[in-house]
Amino acid sequence: MAIISNGTTVADAGAFSASLGSKVHIKTLTASSSATLSFLNGTDGVVLDSTYPIYKFEFINIHPATNDTSFTFQVDTGTNTSYNQTITSTFFNAQHSEGDANYLMYRTTGDQAQGSSFQRLTEGTGADNDQSCSGTLTIYNPSDTTFVKHFIANTHNAHHGDYTMNNFIAGYVNTTTALTRVQFKMSSGNIDSGKIKLYGIKDS
Amino acid sequence: MAVVSNGTTLIDAGALGAGVPTGKMTLIKTLTASSSATLSFVDGAASVVLDDTYDSYVFKFINMHPATNAVQFSFQTNAVGASGYNETITSTAFDAYQNENNSGAGLEYSAARDQAQGTAFQQFNDGLSNSADDSISGTLQLFNPSSTTFVKHFIGDSNTSYNGGLSVNWKIAGYINTTSAIDEIQFKMSSGNIDSGVIKLYGIGG
Repeated sequence: MAIISNGTTVADAGAFSASLGSKVHIKTLTASSSATLSFLNGTDGVVLDSTYPIYKFEFINIHPATNDTSFTFQVDTGTNTSYNQTITSTFFNAQHSEGDANYLMYRTTGDQAQGSSFQRLTEGTGADNDQSCSGTLTIYNPSDTTFVKHFIANTHNAHHGDYTMNNFIAGYVNTTTALTRVQFKMSSGNIDSGKIKLYGIKDS
Repeated sequence: MAVVSNGTTLIDAGALGAGVPTGKMTLIKTLTASSSATLSFVDGAASVVLDDTYDSYVFKFINMHPATNAVQFSFQTNAVGASGYNETITSTAFDAYQNENNSGAGLEYSAARDQAQGTAFQQFNDGLSNSADDSISGTLQLFNPSSTTFVKHFIGDSNTSYNGGLSVNWKIAGYINTTSAIDEIQFKMSSGNIDSGVIKLYGIGG
């Protein structure tokens, strides 16, 4: 039964017709001494398919158990769990220390050229109690079977050497197979605490 | 009475059903400048929410036009119970620029805009002109301001149109070096009033 108000169909067939916002929360994962945090399409309420053309991860106060590590991600296809898709990417950042040293530089330690490693999203994140990293990762059209998969990230981390770092990462996952899963982890040691939220961005 | 369509509960007990997907970028407050010295968002005042209700907050500032020429748009914060808008900040700033006449383009770090444990207002830009068609627009995201464990990360991205025909994309980021919760934020020009412009505060979270 449709719900019609003032001549407008507000809801029908089990869904609202009216706009309820374009940024839809899908899933939140909370780390607690976690080796990895994974979003698998079709598991635990996770949607990572053609439902949305854009998926955005927001990570908030990711705190590493181990000092001087990087927050990273990789993806996989189908039901594969190797998380070793081929990536070509760029990484640059602006840095400024509490002691007033500043840099703007390309970081070859963070990029990949047809690599299959976990892609770095931060650099040298500190494990002091008040240090962490936060930011966003956007993946475009992961379910596409024609194009390679673009991603863009902007992160901020408190570096173990008491630097602020504004990191810009982008690239493509060099596969035309649909991506179905994304995994996050530190380059070494556990994710001590923090949240990762997955949103779908509607195209209409 | 619940409203059920095709077996899905859409509305019940005065709220949307749990299975209804809704947008998670919630407009909290809009402030409009009109020859304003400052624009402030204070948790609990004038319907502003700036606490643990959301995981992060996004400010979108649109066509902030200064009354005075060659000024910087800026922000600072207060921790709970504090005043003076002078929290300690360590930050970075860099920009990419291009002239309308293609006479010069580049990418540069801006040491004049960053802070190393400073307490000044954090500047988004350099030398914003007050020509009638010049302004600054952009976003500032503040992560988990209510945390009492971590320093507070922020990321800003803005663009200015300069007098003389220059487009400048500014990238700032940093941390407010306090583990106290932040509940107040203020925006202002480095000199003179904000002649006009709109700042919208959104809460992000599911």
